[in-house]
Amino acid sequence: MAGLESIPHNFMTGRLEDLVRWARRNSVFPATFGLACCAIEMMATGAAHYDLARFGMEVFRASPRQADLMIVAGRVSQKMAPVLRQVYDQMVEPKWVISMGVCASSGGMFNNYAIVQGVDQIVPVDVYVPGCPPGPETLMHGILQLHEQIKTGELMKRRKASPTGGAAIDVVQRDGVTFTPIATPIGPPPDRVAEPEPATDAADASVQSA
Amino acid sequence: MPDDEPREDEHKPEPVADAPSDEVAAALVARFDGAVFHLSHGQPVVYLDRAQWAEAGVFLRDEQQFTMLLDVTAVDHLLDVERLEVAGVSPERYEVVANYLSHPRNRRIRLITEVPADDVVVPSLATTYGSANFAEREVYDLFGVTFDGHPDLERILMPDDWVGHPLRKDDSPARVPVTFKEDPGPR
Amino acid sequence: MSLDPLERQTDEGGQELRAQHELVITGGPWPELEGESQTMIINMGPQHPSTHGVLRIMMELDGETVVRAKPVVGYLHTGMEKTGEELTYVQGATNVTRMDYASPLSNELVWSLAVEQLLDVEVPERAVWARMMLVELNRMSSHLLFQASNGMDIGAVSMMLYGWREREETLRLLEMITGLRMNHNFIRPGGIAADLPDGWQDETLRVCDLVEEGIFEYDQLLTANPIWLERMVGVGVITTEQALSLGATGPILRSTGFAWDLRTAQPYLAYEDVDFDVIYTENGDCFDRYRIRLYEIAESVKIVRQCVERMPRGDYRVQDKKVTPPPRARINESMEALIHHFKLFTEGFRVPAGETYTAVESPRGEIGCYLVSDGTGKPARLHIRGPSFYNLGTMPPMMEDRLVADAVAVISSVDPIMGEVDR
Repeated sequence: MAGLESIPHNFMTGRLEDLVRWARRNSVFPATFGLACCAIEMMATGAAHYDLARFGMEVFRASPRQADLMIVAGRVSQKMAPVLRQVYDQMVEPKWVISMGVCASSGGMFNNYAIVQGVDQIVPVDVYVPGCPPGPETLMHGILQLHEQIKTGELMKRRKASPTGGAAIDVVQRDGVTFTPIATPIGPPPDRVAEPEPATDAADASVQSA
Repeated sequence: MPDDEPREDEHKPEPVADAPSDEVAAALVARFDGAVFHLSHGQPVVYLDRAQWAEAGVFLRDEQQFTMLLDVTAVDHLLDVERLEVAGVSPERYEVVANYLSHPRNRRIRLITEVPADDVVVPSLATTYGSANFAEREVYDLFGVTFDGHPDLERILMPDDWVGHPLRKDDSPARVPVTFKEDPGPR
Repeated sequence: MSLDPLERQTDEGGQELRAQHELVITGGPWPELEGESQTMIINMGPQHPSTHGVLRIMMELDGETVVRAKPVVGYLHTGMEKTGEELTYVQGATNVTRMDYASPLSNELVWSLAVEQLLDVEVPERAVWARMMLVELNRMSSHLLFQASNGMDIGAVSMMLYGWREREETLRLLEMITGLRMNHNFIRPGGIAADLPDGWQDETLRVCDLVEEGIFEYDQLLTANPIWLERMVGVGVITTEQALSLGATGPILRSTGFAWDLRTAQPYLAYEDVDFDVIYTENGDCFDRYRIRLYEIAESVKIVRQCVERMPRGDYRVQDKKVTPPPRARINESMEALIHHFKLFTEGFRVPAGETYTAVESPRGEIGCYLVSDGTGKPARLHIRGPSFYNLGTMPPMMEDRLVADAVAVISSVDPIMGEVDR
């Protein structure tokens, strides 16, 4: 068995952290989560002309368990909000959210009783893509922004756990009342929440010091 | 430049026709007591008492070849600034509207019934026309109009635990204040 | 904390992986089932890749056979009818165009026709023909979207790429004419928003040729393909009586042998003056609905070509100062024109009290607009009769007593747009 001397070329060294980020950035699997008009433009982005496969993102996964990225494409109604949260909770870490279009970002022109005024009241959002609907170029720009975040962001990012499992977010409303909006009870019972495994912490520290 | 100013009040409400100019409307007026014909922008409309609502549906389907009930909807006239006046019809808060289409005769007709605010019940058309099933559920959901005899009257668009009927004029507002994440405070 | 081998730690806390019946794990017999014939209720959607948005279907299964099916809608309820009461008649088109987002121009058309009827305004010839051309281009792009998504749902994934290839061309043409790929807000009460741009004829004819080539390819690829036939023929059958009773219109009604198309039966715009055929078939199954939509693209191409040839000259919007803003050049030199422009876009115009129902043939069937005015600048009630809302009612009779594997083909062939169903 020859040692390193048998491979004199095609050999690189690098930090593990960079390698992980590189791998993650180039294989983000979006969940199929089309809601309204923006979903059609999301399909256009994935189709032949704009070809999302150039960025390693052509595999839209039907199961949230296999997806890392939720593109919230369209307006979120009050009836859909719990469903959206449940899909988000089913995705495994690390996971990201793109809010596509003004309806998902802020309610848009539908400033009424039926629409959640911004999906960031339900799930934490990493990138907001403007437009009504955003064209495929705009969405791709948003996706590249997300890739940049993945490339430079924290490696072991974890969301804070909510009391009933899943990640929690706090929304500071205008009136100063903070609340944790929706938490679907799909996780473990409350008494077993957030007991970090010691082994994970050790791995975490070693990776970050590397 | 007087030319540039928007001209207003140019359109007068059209005069109410006394005799129905439409044969189906004439048949309806002859058949049902108190039915009033009105020609609205060239479209035949018949105002009926709500007790005759379901019967009129059967009459149109069986005797007048009206093959399709296109649509059932409602109107809340609570906040109307001005309201279309039809001679012989005493206006109430709600109106329930049904649009019918006859394919063999290639004609349409619209039936309207007045529903008072304190007794929001109308007979259902769902046993006559299958298409009324979804439409009446929608009207029930958004306006709180109860359809007597509907097989499955429950909310269709809003969540099941929603309180109120949002398309009523005194229910949910059409505009809600936008909440911003990490907004510094009320301005 | 000692971990049970059947438990696992995740970042979000522990998860119970223990099965409910220990006997199964240890290889023992299944627990007794109560009763003999058990049916199972399964839920499909609202997040399901083949339900075209956020449709949810509850199905009761007996083995693999669907006993009952019930569509559950409302997951995209946007309150557009309420928002429509807050917007002026000028702004209203931005609202309705977002209902049926695969064919937004049909929505704008039916809204504009309703407002014009309440106002008693007659639009000029050029606007009529331009509207007709735009709506037909939109019908092409909508049916191309159906071809793409239908192919993907059935399993012909390459259709997804082919369908989008041609649809992208039509979208780019619409972008050239209207400025937007979707949700154009181009057909407005009183005419269209702007005149057709320079060179639109050549570009339109080029797209027509491309689309015609494209549908010829789809026809060759799919129509005689044995796998395709196996999946589609005889699946999701519906009769004319059922379709009429349930209020189904458009390709669903025409697939049952009932040649009803509002464009010929109750002509609006200038459909009387152009030459085209109403496509209908007689079997009422998924394959027929696919064929109808495929050949309707060819008919639309035919209409668009005639529009290019016969597009009249003249105004593209009505010269009624009440409805139409002053020309851009006038605003710079006349204070009154500026005030008029400002008032029209902030307050809108007033519409006399009245009510009307207008209907046009959208790619999915009869789309209707019931509009009530109370004499102010905003409608008292805006109601859109979405064809998909009623077409959804045909899903239970198509699915029942069929295999659950055919459900996806049925959903796809009904081609519902949930934005229009839930509004």
